[in-house]
Amino acid sequence: MEIVLLFLLAFMIIGSIIAIETKNLLSSVISVGVVGFNLSIIFLMLGAPDIAITQVVVEILILVVLIRATITTDNTSIEGPRDTFPFVSSLIFFGLFLMFAFFAVQEIPKFGEPIMKVSKEYLRTGPEKTGAANVVTAILLDFRAYDTLGEATVLFTSIIGAFVILRRKGRKGKAEVDEEKFGILEDEDIKQNFEGF
Amino acid sequence: MILYFLSMVLLVMGLYCLVAKKNIVKKIIGIVIIEYSVNLFLVLVGYRSGGIAPILVKGMQAEELVQKGVDPLPQALVLTSIVIGLGTMALMVALCLRMYEKFKTFDMSKINTLKG
Repeated sequence: MEIVLLFLLAFMIIGSIIAIETKNLLSSVISVGVVGFNLSIIFLMLGAPDIAITQVVVEILILVVLIRATITTDNTSIEGPRDTFPFVSSLIFFGLFLMFAFFAVQEIPKFGEPIMKVSKEYLRTGPEKTGAANVVTAILLDFRAYDTLGEATVLFTSIIGAFVILRRKGRKGKAEVDEEKFGILEDEDIKQNFEGF
Repeated sequence: MILYFLSMVLLVMGLYCLVAKKNIVKKIIGIVIIEYSVNLFLVLVGYRSGGIAPILVKGMQAEELVQKGVDPLPQALVLTSIVIGLGTMALMVALCLRMYEKFKTFDMSKINTLKG
């Protein structure tokens, strides 16, 4: 079990190294997809089927959005020498971080032996109190429902923000003509492009 | 132990991508990798060896779930965090596309005019 998890995690690390270091942005995005689907397999092995399903769906959406960002833009690779100061300082800092993390992970409970003070109560009384067979959904929609409400608020705020940033109407004067089409289609485009529908 | 440390390594790689890369899309990819690693770490902490998913199936008592089930609390919170990550990433990509439209480049070092 732990060996398989180690193997999958090593695969994730290799995928993210490729995603970080490759020059072509499209291959970088696809490597991130590899990392995400691997993560979903790991979730499935750790006894978390809900998160695995969500991770697959979210990963597909992330791929779609990131490919939308990279595929219409032409100069996808950035030439030029690497800045030395950010490189060296980040290497030093991250080395220190990893050293402290190495000591810190020895203090937390061992892998496979969680403390579960609150969760035991949830597991014991959750199905009875809420009527949900799945304890994760019982927590999500009953014990911690305000948290989920906050999540919905954040989600809608970010979507409205993206919509406002990407929209065309009202941002430009009538004299200016759109050269490129970014984001959402206008009514005339829809009429032109999808006449047959 | 080594699994926790490897997820920390993943976090550090995302941070490196966020700090040292010039391309904005690469920075977004760094943030996505950080999200993955933190979610993975939280779910790893809640795992119990030989554990089953915290779902009550037919013919199972609640006590059996207490004995064998994995920790459901981090799973519920990670579920929230994954969806929020998608929303924030969509917002970041929208900003990034708007910047590309204005400056015609993704290079961070060339985007140096903060005037509107």
